[in-house]
Amino acid sequence: MMTSKDKVAAVEQFAEKVVEVEGRSLWQDARRRFFTNKAAVASLIILVIIAALSIFGPLLSQWNYADIDWTALSDISVLGRPNIASGHYFGTDPLGRDIFVRTMQGGQISLMVGILGSFVAVVIGTFYGATSGYLGGRVDSLMMRFLEILNSFPFMFFVIILMTVFGRNILLIFIAIGAVSWLDMARIVRGQTLSLKNKEYIEAAYAGGVSTPKIIARHIVPNVLGVVIVYATLLVPNMILLESFISFLGLGVQEPMTSWGALISEGAPNMEVAVWQMAWPLGFLVVTLFCFNFLGDGLRDALDPKDR
Amino acid sequence: MFRFIIKRLLEAIPTLLALVTLSFFLMHFAPGSPFTSERGVPAAVMANLQAKYHMNESLMNQYFYYLWDLLHGNLGYSFRFTDFTINQLVAQSFPVSAEIGFWSFLVAITFGVLCGVFAALRQNSWLDYAVMSFANVGMVLPNFVIAPLCILFFSIQHHWLPAGGWNGGAWPFLIMPVIAMSTSYIAQIARITRGSMIETMHSNFIRTARAKGLPKSRIIIRHALRPAMLPVVSYLGPAFVGIVTGSVVVDQFFGTGGIGQHFVNGAINRDYSMVMGITILIGTLTILFNAIVDILYVFIDPKIRY
Repeated sequence: MMTSKDKVAAVEQFAEKVVEVEGRSLWQDARRRFFTNKAAVASLIILVIIAALSIFGPLLSQWNYADIDWTALSDISVLGRPNIASGHYFGTDPLGRDIFVRTMQGGQISLMVGILGSFVAVVIGTFYGATSGYLGGRVDSLMMRFLEILNSFPFMFFVIILMTVFGRNILLIFIAIGAVSWLDMARIVRGQTLSLKNKEYIEAAYAGGVSTPKIIARHIVPNVLGVVIVYATLLVPNMILLESFISFLGLGVQEPMTSWGALISEGAPNMEVAVWQMAWPLGFLVVTLFCFNFLGDGLRDALDPKDR
Repeated sequence: MFRFIIKRLLEAIPTLLALVTLSFFLMHFAPGSPFTSERGVPAAVMANLQAKYHMNESLMNQYFYYLWDLLHGNLGYSFRFTDFTINQLVAQSFPVSAEIGFWSFLVAITFGVLCGVFAALRQNSWLDYAVMSFANVGMVLPNFVIAPLCILFFSIQHHWLPAGGWNGGAWPFLIMPVIAMSTSYIAQIARITRGSMIETMHSNFIRTARAKGLPKSRIIIRHALRPAMLPVVSYLGPAFVGIVTGSVVVDQFFGTGGIGQHFVNGAINRDYSMVMGITILIGTLTILFNAIVDILYVFIDPKIRY
């Protein structure tokens, strides 16, 4: 077949002008959708502000979280009021310690427990679920059976027993909370893995002689990451609530350190005379939990491939 | 069906045994003993005390003693309230928690389902937004904040309700504990119901029912409600434990004298037998409740075959 030279040249010329169309990956798509969701973006911004405030806020005050203001101690309900001049922006607690700095310090603990606790849950849950789902068969049913047994344990009680047995230790709170919350994560990941494992690229990896642990770590886990991220975001507020409950029982962080839950439970009995002692930490807690919930919903809408 | 129920209940036994074993050894590896106090006790007294509670024997023997007693329905003696057996203390406090828990569950399911269904049927209306914002608030407010707020509002400002006490479960004493306990459940159940109801209303069999010309009320009650309830039923199992942990908070604020208080005090005082007794009781109930939920699920969902 003959093609005239000028036609070929014309095609080449045309091809040069065409800007190459870039494909959008799932993540780029998700990012675009996420940023059109105003509630989620606002939540993200507020969370960043709260986190920054928790870390750098104490530098703005002349007080330390353990310092006692002896002048305010004589009459907390008057001298301990929130006041810019005295340096107690949010007031003081019954022992004359500055609520502003304590709220920020409590925020560090609460956020850390929330994020690290979910991280532990996500790591255990993802690998457990992916392994169980990918291996299938008898191993799968055994692993799921184990999960069912754990699921009917009253875990809140175990966390409390752990706290009393091993003493109050922040690291232990992370581990205890994280270790009891991975069950749902494992179930979700397993479900995702079951639908993934018959995909061609997994088959290709298998045919290419990739070992099973490597297939799970390199091919399955990255592909369930979307669901995992959504679930992890929704897990963080639950973790923070759980930690605040443990602190409420008096089993949380060790004094003079504190967390939002501990501050709220200290402030609650005094709320008739000194409402600021509960209001500030409660406000921060509620706003944070709200934001995490909206963020999680936003991420779910953005990452859900069904909802294009 | 009968076989399924039996099988499901039998499956609970190994779980229960694991629960007993784990909590027993965890409690006993804890540093310190219930008899450590600042004032030392003479060695002879200590030996007698330890002999009384079998604590001078090997751990394995103690474990089997405990299991044996447990099989006879005997939870042992409290190390702190020395005049009481655990059974007596539980018999005293458990009915209180059970009554608060029962009403909280009833209130939570009724209001949660109603709110969720109405929000779903009027999706994106003001009603929907009102329900969903309430649900969002209810989910983030911990019950140890709701409880003092209730006291402040109902008792201190308006003198409508007694601030605490139990009084044999008279209804004015019940209202605030039930509010404090059920708010987060109403919120959760409303959210779950709304989601599943919206999904159900878009499914094919509802379209068929509508095409047949059935009245809307009949479609909702006869056809949509049952499948929409499935996620709610599976939520109830895990929610059950929350009733007990909620009891801790309620007991603290309202002085109702439920089982939660005993558990926390037991844990702090290292009252092994108390903590174990309550853990086992709650564990048994949780496992039983999960089994009931599973069985209920089979009844509601025609797609599941046992």
